[in-house]
Amino acid sequence: MSTPGTNTDATETTGHGDISTGVAGSGDSNASATRITPGNALRPEDIALEVRTGLAEPTEDVAEYALRLGDDALILAQRLGHWISRAPELEEDVALGNIALDQLGHARSFLSYAGGAWDKTEDDLAYFRREHEFRSVQLFEQPNGDFAVTIARQFIVSYYQFELYRRLTESKDATLAAIAAKAVKEVDYHRDHSAQWILRLAGGTEESRTRMIHGLRLMWPYVNELFQDDDLTNRLAEAGAAVAPSTLREDFDRLTGDVLKEAELEVPDVPAAPGGGRFGKHSEHLGYILAEMQVLAREYPGAKW
Amino acid sequence: MAAQNLQSVPAELSPEEEAEAQAHFDRVMAEDSRIEPKDWMPAAYRKTLLRQISQHAHSEIIGMQPEANWISRAPSLKRKAILMAKVQDEAGHGLYLYSAAETLGQTRDKMMDDLIAGKARYSSIFNYPALTWADMGAIGWLVDGAAICNQVPLCRASYGPYGRAMVRICKEESFHQRQGFEILLELSNGTPEQKQMAQDAVNRWYAPALMMFGPPDDDSPNSKQSMAWNIKRFSNDELRSRFVGMMVEQVRVLGLTLPDDQVRFNEDTRKWEHGPLDWHEFQEVLAGRGPCNAQRLERRRAAHDDGAWVREAAAAYAAKQSKKTKEYAA
Repeated sequence: MSTPGTNTDATETTGHGDISTGVAGSGDSNASATRITPGNALRPEDIALEVRTGLAEPTEDVAEYALRLGDDALILAQRLGHWISRAPELEEDVALGNIALDQLGHARSFLSYAGGAWDKTEDDLAYFRREHEFRSVQLFEQPNGDFAVTIARQFIVSYYQFELYRRLTESKDATLAAIAAKAVKEVDYHRDHSAQWILRLAGGTEESRTRMIHGLRLMWPYVNELFQDDDLTNRLAEAGAAVAPSTLREDFDRLTGDVLKEAELEVPDVPAAPGGGRFGKHSEHLGYILAEMQVLAREYPGAKW
Repeated sequence: MAAQNLQSVPAELSPEEEAEAQAHFDRVMAEDSRIEPKDWMPAAYRKTLLRQISQHAHSEIIGMQPEANWISRAPSLKRKAILMAKVQDEAGHGLYLYSAAETLGQTRDKMMDDLIAGKARYSSIFNYPALTWADMGAIGWLVDGAAICNQVPLCRASYGPYGRAMVRICKEESFHQRQGFEILLELSNGTPEQKQMAQDAVNRWYAPALMMFGPPDDDSPNSKQSMAWNIKRFSNDELRSRFVGMMVEQVRVLGLTLPDDQVRFNEDTRKWEHGPLDWHEFQEVLAGRGPCNAQRLERRRAAHDDGAWVREAAAAYAAKQSKKTKEYAA
């Protein structure tokens, strides 16, 4: 296993090795027969409980920020979930399913926390907002395409999220730090998974190489948006609660560059899309994702599941 | 394939050696002990196991589809996470089982080809459509419930790799059944429309679930031999009866009913009985004429074909890497 990039033990160096850091209480662990999480892993239910009981309350800014990260992860989970039962090998059904589950877990944590500012649950936020109210960047809603396109998207996402969460473990907002501390460990595996496939597809057959290059070219226009600062991130970075996206770019470029170099691939030379997802401007794809995701919940408003 | 080292290759034996090997096999059966991949085994035992284990693996893989159908529409994020984990488990079960089958001398590729070509069977239950969210509950509760009844005794199957795979699979299946029960319970206690949705799903999945145990005992020619080989421990009808007894208890807790007014406990035989099942329908579905047979196979074929270039790339890359390593070493 040659994982490019270093600093995989970010959680150790930032003192959040104990991922329960920042979240007091143990949650209502007997509330559901199907909630079995070993050890003291941070669960979305714990965060929801913290929020309900007032132990954790995000500021309006932090809630907006958590909403952004939650939406990113949720939309990606929805995309990746489609691969389950359709992957090129059974091992990839398992791997992509696992990554989707990790992302969904992060989404649930971030959304549960964000909802604390507006008296909303994760499901209120996921199922009862419209397109322009979603704050995900456009990369996450891009269609799966073939396996190479999905890998290209995963490659960008996992290297971006790793750098983000690694730094976010040091957030002065204890709940953001705790969510990031759990997420960074999982995203590290996502990095490994995508980098391995970049190498395999680029160095496999002529066809796979052509498809890999095509996949990267399709996804690369959406890279820029990931690293755009705005008023919210500036304020939060200033306060030590969040990370200015632009500060992640150098490490992202260097580490993805190392993998691409090993794969003998160029960084795609394509024009950047303007983005705007953080302000509710989305591509045409998001509407379909939401239509499918929300249909049942909206058919029975107020119902419990 | 890692499993290749474990594969038992039938060696040429002299008549004396074969008699000795057969005696060893018979002793293992008599002691209710285990046969391992490198042990000698009768050709028919190998064939039976290979058929059963590969069918079981295929069922897990095809069985992913009706549930994957609801991942994108799950009505809460918690339910979405549970459903994703469950379908992912099924892929994992398929993998263990294909590996267990490979120890009998057949490659996963060959088994997959047979499945796609329509030459191999899988559980007929997965040829029924998952039409509403409540079907996620009914599949978990009834279909996984029936699977558990079938599979718990298989943990003691005489073939080691199969029995060991079943131990882990059964643990996860029990979680699957509970989540199905929980879905139905929530619906049953929800709005009248939700409760109706739950009852409708139970009505549709009940009979197909009972038929998962296979034909009645007097119409199940292979059962006797499988029991003599300690692969199967209880007859189809025995398992079906036990299952009905469990469901009768649980359906009350759910506040729903079973679509069968002939369910009763026979005090004389001390067994649960149920109403007549449509075995003609069972045979039809098995023969490929079920509601979703074509759709299920086509999805598997499409995933396999669309992914061919990925598997070829991975193989080519691995070969290049191994060549590089060799050159470096030399």
